[in-house]
Amino acid sequence: MTAPIPDPPLYDQPARAGIPAALSIRGLAKRFGGKIAVDGISLEVPAGSFYAIVGPNGAGKTTTLSMATGLLRPDFGTAVVHGVDVWRQPLEAKKLMGILPDGVRLFDRLTGEQLITYAGLLRGMDKDVVAGRVADLLAALDLQNDAGTLVVDYSAGMTKKIALASALIHAPRLLVLDEPFEAVDPVSAANIRSILDSYVASGGTVIVSSHVMDLVQRMCDHVAVVAGGRLLAAGTVDDVRGGASLEDRFVQLVGGRSHTEGLEWLRTS
Amino acid sequence: MVAHLLKLKLALLRNGLRRSPWQLVGMAFAGLYALGLVVTLVVALVLLRTAPQDVAYTAVVLGGSAAILGWGIVPVVASATDMTLDPARFTTFAIPMKQMLAGLALGGLIGIPGLATSLVALSTVATWWRGFLPALAAAAGAVLGVLTCVVLAKVVTTATASLASSRRFKDVSAIAFMVPLVLMGPIVAGIGQGIPASTGFLPVFAQTLSWTPLGAPWAISGEVAAGRPGSAVLKLLISAATLAVLAWAWKVLLERALVTPPYAGSGKRKGGRLGLLGLLPAVPAGAVMARSLTYWFRDPRYSGSLVVIPLLPVALVFQGVQTGDFTSLAFLAPLSAFILAWSISADVSYDNTAFALHLASGIRGVADRLGRALACLAFALPVVLVFAVGYSMFTGDWAGLPGQLGLSLGILFTGLGLSSVVSARYTVAVPLPGESPFKKPPGNVGQTLAVQFGGLVVLMVLVLPEVALLVAQLVTGSPSWAGSILPPGPALASGCLWRA
Repeated sequence: MTAPIPDPPLYDQPARAGIPAALSIRGLAKRFGGKIAVDGISLEVPAGSFYAIVGPNGAGKTTTLSMATGLLRPDFGTAVVHGVDVWRQPLEAKKLMGILPDGVRLFDRLTGEQLITYAGLLRGMDKDVVAGRVADLLAALDLQNDAGTLVVDYSAGMTKKIALASALIHAPRLLVLDEPFEAVDPVSAANIRSILDSYVASGGTVIVSSHVMDLVQRMCDHVAVVAGGRLLAAGTVDDVRGGASLEDRFVQLVGGRSHTEGLEWLRTS
Repeated sequence: MVAHLLKLKLALLRNGLRRSPWQLVGMAFAGLYALGLVVTLVVALVLLRTAPQDVAYTAVVLGGSAAILGWGIVPVVASATDMTLDPARFTTFAIPMKQMLAGLALGGLIGIPGLATSLVALSTVATWWRGFLPALAAAAGAVLGVLTCVVLAKVVTTATASLASSRRFKDVSAIAFMVPLVLMGPIVAGIGQGIPASTGFLPVFAQTLSWTPLGAPWAISGEVAAGRPGSAVLKLLISAATLAVLAWAWKVLLERALVTPPYAGSGKRKGGRLGLLGLLPAVPAGAVMARSLTYWFRDPRYSGSLVVIPLLPVALVFQGVQTGDFTSLAFLAPLSAFILAWSISADVSYDNTAFALHLASGIRGVADRLGRALACLAFALPVVLVFAVGYSMFTGDWAGLPGQLGLSLGILFTGLGLSSVVSARYTVAVPLPGESPFKKPPGNVGQTLAVQFGGLVVLMVLVLPEVALLVAQLVTGSPSWAGSILPPGPALASGCLWRA
């Protein structure tokens, strides 16, 4: 089996004049023991864009996003959010960002309501503002009936929603969401999408990571393809897919698609 | 199939150890401890060979019964069952039930508790090496007894699995288990005093137990040696029947459990109650304090360490009553101060990855440390004050009060400062959120010992000023020294906090 040779990478043009980047990362790299997880990724995320980072399992998406948001110290490279260096001025940068990390525990012995309130108070917000926004978020994410339940007793989708609410409470200018739709039911996913759409329409920037190409193609305007810790392509969704469906283009870029031959014994008739 | 299951268990054990060298160290520690215990018991059992028959009989039956009882009780209360071969994971493989049961039962013997029990049980053969038949009977009894232990543990865990997977039950049972553990000293002392007084009672007790499923397998050899073949056969039947009934019960329970997975849900609750988060000042440090305090009461890993505190005076007074000497009570306040202050030394490790929220929110380090320390102080300070004043009331030694207060508060504040530093600098392997406080991750022991012991030494150096002043007071008998003990504690604490 031969893997298709990927086309030369389509790197994003330097930020268009006049539109500053919401997130600009330069040469981020991270090594875990002998394994290089992220191998020099540079990316410009224009302000007001709905940006998707896609890649196969273990491509380095989560590691890249963790380094870009100040959760994991990079070995090399810089990340700048709206002109603020994440690792030089972490407190200022974190005020601008709302983060939904994937695979991270929550303080799950708090009730859902307490957890969102806690996230707001940790950021030094005013008590009354927090109370108002908590009520709005619980209503928007359809969690009012479980607001007093401990998060440890929540289902996976509800946990995802409550984590999203904690990331939204301080009205950030940039939202970084790692796998936001995993385990979320279709109705809630539609609700979350409309929240994100209106957030982007009002000038906010959203970065999501995902495996679901159809969703990315419908929802996002920009996309970056990452595999093996490197950036393979980045740009507007239409540029990257170049006429084909995003899924086909993704498989072509990443390679590794095995043919459906073999497994003859699996045929039942 | 049985061999496959055993191989799987060994492979899981080996791969688990390969993941971290610390785990190996922890396993080695546990192994050494078990080895010491096993060697002591084996030597004792071999020596029992020369003891009179009835003494050996009583000892073996009582010890054996305790072993079976332990295998039945410990998995429930400690919720620390070894689930490496969780039957639920085999549901999708159509394994015949009989072979799965055999594999799981034998797999239960692999591991430190299983090996230790088997070795000790088999050394009863040496105890009854008084003839061929008694030794043979002992071997048969040991095999039956050990299998009963393992299968009983399986029956108990399977029966309580759905119960034990409910979070509330886990939380409560984990804490309830603390109480006998803390009072172990007094209980053992009580039993130790009771045994000489009841030498006449024990043989009768053992005789009675030997007719029950608990004692029967261990009594067969003794009956053979005493020349009572009738009783021996009856007890053999009792043990075999017990094992058969247990195995059958396990099979039935397992068949049912495999198709009805535990339901872990709980009722819905509307919001509106913010609890402490609504009461404390709405600043970052206040929020951290409210969150920490909530955890102190809701998370068994925290509340478990709180249960010790009220039991401490009970244990010390009990000891005082027994020895007629209450000087050890003087350590009550300083000791509690130490335990309480040190209890937040693994705070960040307990947060696990939930700490990402603190990182993402860009909260200042000082607010984070201060909130956690204040949460602990909120109940530690009253407790230590009450204990120190209570000691003076109990002994009538009011002149010693300033010294007591100075030393205890010094330890409390300095300890809080130091554990704030330790918790931020060293993250250790601790039970995961939601797990039993006793479920020590393998390797936890070695790592914790290193960090905790190092911290302890540093703390001792830091409280030296207080200790020196207290000694000066005791030597000179002048209370003026004691007054000057008070200030350094908080000063040191704030220094530690600042550096954190």
